Amino acid sequence: MGTGIMGDVVLRGQGLRKSFGLTHALEDASLDVVSGEVVAVMGPSGSGKSTLLHCMAGIITPDAGSIAYKDKDLAKMADGERSALRRTEFGFVFQFGQLVPELTCLENVALPLRLGRTARKEAERQATRWLERLEVADVADKRPGEVSGGQGQRVAVARALVTSPSVVFADEPTGALDSLNGELVMRLLVDAAKETGAGVVLVTHEARVAAYSDREVVVRDGRTRQLEPA
Amino acid sequence: MSIPHALLGLLESGPRHGYDLKRAYDERFGHDRPLHYGQVYSTLARLLKNGLVEERGIEPGGGPERKRYAITDAGVTDVDSWLMTPEKPELYLQNTLYTKVVLALLSGRSAADVLDSQRAAHLKTMRELTTRKRNGDLADQLICDHALFHLEADLRWLEVTTARLDELRKQVS
Repeated sequence: MGTGIMGDVVLRGQGLRKSFGLTHALEDASLDVVSGEVVAVMGPSGSGKSTLLHCMAGIITPDAGSIAYKDKDLAKMADGERSALRRTEFGFVFQFGQLVPELTCLENVALPLRLGRTARKEAERQATRWLERLEVADVADKRPGEVSGGQGQRVAVARALVTSPSVVFADEPTGALDSLNGELVMRLLVDAAKETGAGVVLVTHEARVAAYSDREVVVRDGRTRQLEPA
Repeated sequence: MSIPHALLGLLESGPRHGYDLKRAYDERFGHDRPLHYGQVYSTLARLLKNGLVEERGIEPGGGPERKRYAITDAGVTDVDSWLMTPEKPELYLQNTLYTKVVLALLSGRSAADVLDSQRAAHLKTMRELTTRKRNGDLADQLICDHALFHLEADLRWLEVTTARLDELRKQVS
């Protein structure tokens, strides 16, 4: 929304290609993620949006092209190094929160820190702060099955931000919510990301959600196109 | 927007001077288009002539702005009927964008570029409205939402048309 300070390119994907069998999901896709900036990735179903996000996040490996995190080539990293990067530098929010059903909301948010070997007390202290920031401190002791969709998604945003990642990947984060809850999640996600200086990759097919971004990239038939503001 | 009906509706809460009425209108409905004084007084004169408002006292000092206006029973009936009559859903069958797309295809220009530049313009306006909505009160939010939902509908049309350009090219050529 133009209120944060936008900085350097933290993650850069260039000339990405990816096929699944005979299906060419990405033909020639490029994307820059800038710290403090929300970039919306839009396009029709099957255009390659999610494949682009998965490549950029190091979840799948592209067949061609390069992805650099702070000038470091993801392809040259060892698996363990890439996993650590995903855990500490990247945050993820999906359409359906994908919270661990057996854990409380507080434990879910603390989980990425615990996996990074932060002591339980400190992890839960930071998780509490993020639950408060996302206005869902009241559900800390509940399990995901006991909270509403909107609350669960805000818990998922808290979990994505708890490690202070450089990049947050949000794949249709409001897709399962009604308009009002979707807007609340977007407002909180964008504000929190701006505050921490994280770059956000927002995959969405909803224009009203994309309107929370600073810039838009359209994916069509596996190719990216940066639209210039009129 | 029927300004006479909006002014009549505002008078239902009690008599007002023309100046008060303008202020009340601007505050609630005039976000982008405040009323001109002349517009308020000419509307009130017409409502008076039609028996929908009446003068209720003139304060010392004279001048038209000193008159207080009150709604009549006929005015209340008129507001009631206006509120309960649905607005005609707007149709956009003579769409400029459609015309531009067809002309681009007929002349061998890039129709995709026409659609994309419109898309960027729409999204820019949607961003501005979203910012205004986030910083505004409930009235701002509802007014901006109304515009945002309409722009979103346009954007869907732009997307569907972009996806069907090849088909359209065959039909028009």
